[in-house]
Amino acid sequence: MSDISFVRTEMLPQQAPPATSVGVIGWMRANLFSGWLNSVLSVVSGAFILYVVWFLLSWTLSPTWAAASLNECREILAGHEGACWGVIRDRWVQLLFGFYPSELYWRPILTFVLLFVALAPVLFSEKVPAKLIYFSAAFPFIMPWMLWGGTIWGPLTAAAGFVIGYVVFKAVDRAVGSLAGIIAGVAASLVWWLLLAGPVSGTLGDVLNIGLTPVESRYFGGMMLSITIGVVAIACSLPIGIVLALGRRSDLLIVKSLCVGFIEFIRGVPLITLLFVASTLLNIFMPPGTNFDIIMRVIIMATLFASAYMAEVIRGGLAALPKGQYEGADSLGLDYWQSQRLVIMPQALKISIPGIVSTFIGLFKDTTLVSVIGLLDPLGLSNAIRADAAWNGVVWELYGFIAFLFFVFCFSMSRYSMYLERKLRTDHH
Amino acid sequence: MTTLTDPPKESFRLSMLIYDTRYRSMTIQVVAMLGFMLLFAWLINNTAQNLHDLGKEPSFSFLADPAGYDINQRLIDYDSQSTHLRAAVIGFLNTILVAVMGCITATVLGVFIGVARLSKNWLIARIMTIYVETFRNVPVLLWIVFTMAILIETLPAPRAYKGVETGALVLTNRGVYVPEPLFTNSLGNLHFFAGSPARFDVSLDLIAVLIALAGGLIARHFINARAHRIQNVTGKRPKTWHINMAVVVLPVVAVLVALGFYLGYPQLKGFNFQGGIYMRNSLIALWLALSLYTAAFIAENVRAGILAISKGQTEAASALGLRPKRVMSLVILPQALRVIIPPLISQYLNLTKNSSLAIAVGYMDLTGTLMGITLNQTGRELETVLIGMLIYLTISLSISAVMNWYNNRVKLVER
Amino acid sequence: MKKSVFLGALTVAGLAAGVAAAGTLEDVKARGKLRCGVTTGLVGFAAPDANGHWDGFDVGMCRAVAAAVLGDGEAVEFVPTTGKTRFTALASGEVDLLARNTTWTYSRDVDLKFEFVGTNYYDGQGFMVPKALGVSSAKELDGATVCIQTGTTTELNLADFFRANNISYEPVPIETNAEAQQQFLAGACDVYTTDASGLAATRATFENPGDFVVLPEIISKEPLAPLVRHGDSEWADVARWTLNALIAAEEYGITSANIDELAKGTNNPEINRVLGTEGNLGEMLGLSADWAYKAIKVNGNYGELFEKTIGSNTPIGLSRGLNAQWTDGGLLYSPPFR
Repeated sequence: MSDISFVRTEMLPQQAPPATSVGVIGWMRANLFSGWLNSVLSVVSGAFILYVVWFLLSWTLSPTWAAASLNECREILAGHEGACWGVIRDRWVQLLFGFYPSELYWRPILTFVLLFVALAPVLFSEKVPAKLIYFSAAFPFIMPWMLWGGTIWGPLTAAAGFVIGYVVFKAVDRAVGSLAGIIAGVAASLVWWLLLAGPVSGTLGDVLNIGLTPVESRYFGGMMLSITIGVVAIACSLPIGIVLALGRRSDLLIVKSLCVGFIEFIRGVPLITLLFVASTLLNIFMPPGTNFDIIMRVIIMATLFASAYMAEVIRGGLAALPKGQYEGADSLGLDYWQSQRLVIMPQALKISIPGIVSTFIGLFKDTTLVSVIGLLDPLGLSNAIRADAAWNGVVWELYGFIAFLFFVFCFSMSRYSMYLERKLRTDHH
Repeated sequence: MTTLTDPPKESFRLSMLIYDTRYRSMTIQVVAMLGFMLLFAWLINNTAQNLHDLGKEPSFSFLADPAGYDINQRLIDYDSQSTHLRAAVIGFLNTILVAVMGCITATVLGVFIGVARLSKNWLIARIMTIYVETFRNVPVLLWIVFTMAILIETLPAPRAYKGVETGALVLTNRGVYVPEPLFTNSLGNLHFFAGSPARFDVSLDLIAVLIALAGGLIARHFINARAHRIQNVTGKRPKTWHINMAVVVLPVVAVLVALGFYLGYPQLKGFNFQGGIYMRNSLIALWLALSLYTAAFIAENVRAGILAISKGQTEAASALGLRPKRVMSLVILPQALRVIIPPLISQYLNLTKNSSLAIAVGYMDLTGTLMGITLNQTGRELETVLIGMLIYLTISLSISAVMNWYNNRVKLVER
Repeated sequence: MKKSVFLGALTVAGLAAGVAAAGTLEDVKARGKLRCGVTTGLVGFAAPDANGHWDGFDVGMCRAVAAAVLGDGEAVEFVPTTGKTRFTALASGEVDLLARNTTWTYSRDVDLKFEFVGTNYYDGQGFMVPKALGVSSAKELDGATVCIQTGTTTELNLADFFRANNISYEPVPIETNAEAQQQFLAGACDVYTTDASGLAATRATFENPGDFVVLPEIISKEPLAPLVRHGDSEWADVARWTLNALIAAEEYGITSANIDELAKGTNNPEINRVLGTEGNLGEMLGLSADWAYKAIKVNGNYGELFEKTIGSNTPIGLSRGLNAQWTDGGLLYSPPFR
């Protein structure tokens, strides 16, 4: 039998794929025109996009940057549709800084930059030196001083309260016990803040007067006001939120029901009603004669609001921890506070960071509500600007600019939070 | 030998309140309770003192006074001589109206967008991503005023329709008019609580139609049950859709004909259109903006829910020969629902709470009437804000109660 | 005992910014700043410019009081208030003076416990319609859609007017003047109703003011007045007589141009008493002798302030009307300085 079967001994050169399945065409076939329905959808949505882009561009590209009033805009445009960008040129600084004294603009800017430095150890933990965490701890005292100004002894004595509390806690902790330590520490701090801090800071201020020009909060406005309210409220709500979350998970019935009641009440009412409380009622709740300014009151209510949401986020983080962590901490003989401090909280807070960031984004967006009670945040300022005879009637440019500002802030934060979520996920698997 | 010693008989000492874990929790609770009550007493004491100084003793009698102002949108009858309480009820109903409408639209839109974001069509997926990101990252208040401005600026004023033949649907920059159902042999209205502040009317015509519809649906249920029985016995399911259609549709049609049903079209008379159902700009702007905004969040939840279902499910469904659309509706979505519902609850709550931003566009909801004009005209800040908060709290708690009940029903029962 | 320490401590910790109780005048002097409640922005009456400097008719009143008390018209902190927050802001002591075109009504004066210090602008509620509607009287407005600003007396007046004339209307409540203007221009409402001054101011900023008319009916009396808290008569006197000084200055011909000249002493004893070169009127008020001089110096007299902010040469272009001196047939009539 002769060998009749033929087997090719060498491979043929690979043929190029058909032109319709590679490159641009192939991609388009796969992603845009994979069926008649998809093709129709693609064409329709493509046309829609083109129309929107064309419309927006023709409106946006209008040579009105230099105009000093709406009427000048109208003259320049001579009947054509177009944006009146003069209002943004005239007022963008105000939309960013409100009425903050212009020679002091470096202070909010520097604070904003320092905010990122202070957040770096939390946000990008592996890329920055660990020592930076000390700066983060100091930042809550630096920030109000930078923004509001005044003598440096105020924030220093306030910070001293924490140091005193910590020292007392350590001492009593060693001598008596953990719980008594905490109680004594808190009590010592409270005594310091309520009774001693004021006079001490006053005396020090008289002796050695170091400080910045004070700026009252009524000069805060625009984007700066939104950021200040958002950042301060979130920062203050974090400790309150932790306490509430622990309270809600605790076995102590009364403590638990108090925490649940608070959280559900705050989460059950709209923020705007809390702002009404800030603007009309908070002064009535305080002892006669007390008088906070309105921005303080708004920050207080925003803090309460955020802490309820924060508590839920942290509770989620606590619940997500495997039970073994709690049991492991118990088996080491740690008591409740030690296990919380050394084992549970560090992990729970870490996995809560994306949730905290989205709470912040939500709160930051909600700061626009303060315009309803007459504060001049960007939205409130847009009304004030339109009350200027020169800009009476400008609508889209202002709203568009404000929307753009918020978008830039919130979008970058949400991207960051997604990055973080991805990073945390890889840590676990 | 060791002798067993009795454990020392402990007598109660005061220090045990702190050191003994058995009593310590009690101590903490009592301290917390005392602290809370002290704080509360302090606040109330301050409030009473301050109000006394201002000469405004707390009183709810203003609720019975005539409101003096008019409200454009009212689901139940109201005029400027009605009481402030009645005005608050009007506002409450308007809040509920926009919240319910918003939740429905937001869910439909959100599911659609969430699914479309996973579409194989690159362009569609991108558009939906842009939509979601734009709406999520700009404050809802801005969207509300934006939508309102668009409605006002782009739609024609009613005057523009002078001499123009208008059809069933009229779009003006004051709102949208749609045809209203009218009856020539109307049965009239049923009056509830006539004369009291809670009075409201219900159309008997509507009740008649609903009864007919309900009857049809019950009949359909029996027919289906019978078909099911036959299918179980014989393996063949009798055709029922035409009978079903008939029992549902025919009674309703019969009732409508008997009542002399016709559609009332809006007509331009004087300054405004008359007739038809008038959906005001403020309602539409608020409704649209809230739906679009919340839909972006719901879309994200839906997408996350769908992605949480393992790929094997899709492949198994495809292996059964189901078409992609049915894979989605029969296999993926029902399973994803369990993941989607809990965040959906909080989105509904958010939407309801965000509806309080209605004042930005002049929609007269609870914040607009009770906590708006009433507060202004009477100067009763404490009372109005307190009532308003309690009402919102009740609404929120009810929504979460209902949705949690539903969630528990559809939850996968794990072994 | 313990509780009071606790309360006191909290008060201190509460960043106590000021005590509202007795003696607003002393508080203002001690603080060195006047806190003045104004609108969040109303053309001609109060609006911040690009540098955050407030201007307007109501703002002028604040500056005059600040100058009278503190000698500096710039020593004012402006607190923007909404229709809703204005009374609380005043009652709680957050502002010392509210100059926010607020109508002087019985219930506000008596029930809400405020003290109005005199009318600085006599206004009335009017209607504005597009000419194209062909309406010449408010009574022809049956079935019209009406834009109103909420949080004012306007909506009550409106309800009363339409009820009294037995015609129907559709109210569109709106928060700010800017939004009302937008809706009105787009035709989303047929009529815009607010104080006649506001109507004129709004109309003036339109692209084509001639296309709109203000109807002849004025349906209410709206005496706009600055107000202070009830029960602090010294402070109320300061505000009241500052306003009167501005009005009297116009009557006597004291202007910002000739005031320095007149302050050296004149033959007219009334002018001398106002400007503090004769008598001790300032001392009676608890102020310096030249308090009125300083108050007038800031913005000029009432007429000058009016012309500068809302008068016929401004874009707003209001005529004096009722707000002319009594000698010119208006209602401005300052009690004598004696």
